[in-house]
Amino acid sequence: MSTLVAATLEPSRLARARRWARLNPSLAFGAVAVSLIVLVAVFAPLLAPNPADAGNATHPFVVLQGPSWSHWFGTDQVGRDILTRVMYGARVSPLIAVAVLAVAAVVGVPLGLVAGFFGGVIDDIIMRITDVFLAVPALLLALALVTVLSPTMTSTIVAISVSWWPWYARLVRGEAASIRERRFIESAHALGIPRWRILLRHVLPNAVTPVLVQLSLDFGSVILTASALSFLGLGVQDPVPDWGLMVSEGQIYFTTNWWLVTFPGLAILFCAFAFNILGDGLRDRFDPRQGLGR
Amino acid sequence: MTRYVSRRVGLSLIVVAGVIVLTFLISHVIPGDPAVSWAGPHASAAQIAAARAQLGLNLPIWSQILHYFGGILSGDWGVSIRTHRSVLADLGSAVPASVELVGAALIIAALIGIPLGLVSARYVRRWPDQVARFGAVLGVSMPAFWLALIVQIVFSHDLHWFPTAGEYAPSLAYSHPIPHVTGMPVIDGLITLHLAVFWSSLTHLVLPAVVVSSYPLGVVTRMVRAKVLETSEETHTQMIRSLGFSERAVLSQFSLRLAWSPVVQVLALVFAYSLANTFLVEAVFDWPGLGNYAAQSIQSLDIPAIAGVTLFVAMAYVTLNLLVDIAQVFFDPRMRRSL
Repeated sequence: MSTLVAATLEPSRLARARRWARLNPSLAFGAVAVSLIVLVAVFAPLLAPNPADAGNATHPFVVLQGPSWSHWFGTDQVGRDILTRVMYGARVSPLIAVAVLAVAAVVGVPLGLVAGFFGGVIDDIIMRITDVFLAVPALLLALALVTVLSPTMTSTIVAISVSWWPWYARLVRGEAASIRERRFIESAHALGIPRWRILLRHVLPNAVTPVLVQLSLDFGSVILTASALSFLGLGVQDPVPDWGLMVSEGQIYFTTNWWLVTFPGLAILFCAFAFNILGDGLRDRFDPRQGLGR
Repeated sequence: MTRYVSRRVGLSLIVVAGVIVLTFLISHVIPGDPAVSWAGPHASAAQIAAARAQLGLNLPIWSQILHYFGGILSGDWGVSIRTHRSVLADLGSAVPASVELVGAALIIAALIGIPLGLVSARYVRRWPDQVARFGAVLGVSMPAFWLALIVQIVFSHDLHWFPTAGEYAPSLAYSHPIPHVTGMPVIDGLITLHLAVFWSSLTHLVLPAVVVSSYPLGVVTRMVRAKVLETSEETHTQMIRSLGFSERAVLSQFSLRLAWSPVVQVLALVFAYSLANTFLVEAVFDWPGLGNYAAQSIQSLDIPAIAGVTLFVAMAYVTLNLLVDIAQVFFDPRMRRSL
């Protein structure tokens, strides 16, 4: 009895973590999976069996070998170890996603904030522009832009960002418009605080949580879009170990050498899945009633 | 009501006009000279100049925009540089194929996703819910081009259950000329009782439709679950429960009805998006749809065609959005009152 009381009074840190994970399974799984991806990305040079294979090394005698003890994921058309390239791939797509979402938030959040807070003509103008960009199919816009900009990592980032910011403008506008009506904003006005200060100090902080949740939910979609562009050959180019590009290059060997396409594709799936689960968990935690659109 | 509808229609027209300007601007920054590609690789300078005049490329930019607007309104969407056919005619043959593919995918998504969402809500936080949520997140995380390759290899190349690519067996075009009613061979084959055509196109449709359905399936499942859970806590649902209706009846008859409008809305928007965004799947299965047309046009820098596809998809998106909004006000008394 006394041990039981002691256990309930002072649960060990591990037991507390376990209890928390049982109550928030998506959050726990997502956090673990995302940390795993980050760890692999950061420590790829230490973890990967053959770091030179992340670049344009060639090994003519071990071309297209199936999975084995020496090459867990097999080797590709020039003999590079696929496990190594998949690990280094954690430095490409996720990085693109971080950059795209940063640009989208930096452009979309201020526009939405201004539109929602000031309302009127400014609101109408900003939201119509937003609607135009929302109506144009994202991948098509990105494709056209990448064609203009020539395929590099930067142009992939620019192209996807152009079609991503409207979602943030729309989200923040809704938040700002509803916060504007709240009492504490009214009293701030009554105290004579300048409007831009109210906007930055009182409206913005209250709109941050939904933006953070949406950012984590969007991470997976951006990774999918970026790998789709690479798959078409419009993203980063060969020696860069990008997952979408690896699937695309493995395509012609697929009927005889299944591992070339399968493992990089699984990496994309796992990465998108990890971030989506994390985003789901965050939304349940902070924002349970928010819509599930997109 | 009339005021609301006319305002929404007006806003939609503004958005479409904005899209026209945007596509025009994009097509102007795309490098390469359309007149050169129009005239062909061995054209003389005079022929290129003639092509430039014929395409109106020598006019000032504002006048080109006006021409462009006028052309689109009068049904002249330009001529494709790659196929040398009118863009509208090209769209006319590509759109039905895409509608067939995306429509089939959304039917699969709704047929599986709605029951799955209900099960998820009924057993919330228990294992059926966890499994359904896992599946839903897997669906929205799926790289469609990769799934397309895997499914094609497994079910077509290895198991021979389904044909590899195309919309129907090519030989049927000679033995059973396809009757052209809707442009969708599955429907045309069925309504004109050409069962060989119907069967062949149905078997060709299965694999790509399943692949395309993975994203909407995840979205619908999550949507139904969230909305049903949301309504099942409201007072009127509690009253229905207290009247002695079973939990199953409460969910499937009362809560689901309230979840319909967001589900339909999301399906409509996914439909519009998927028209062009499925092109990687279309490319893998060699499906003659809008996405494939767009991808080929982009590869050959066929600006009128790219602009045409963009414009068409944007218009479909805006129109569906408008219809859904109006339908909601029409069918949902709560929304009508708030106007």
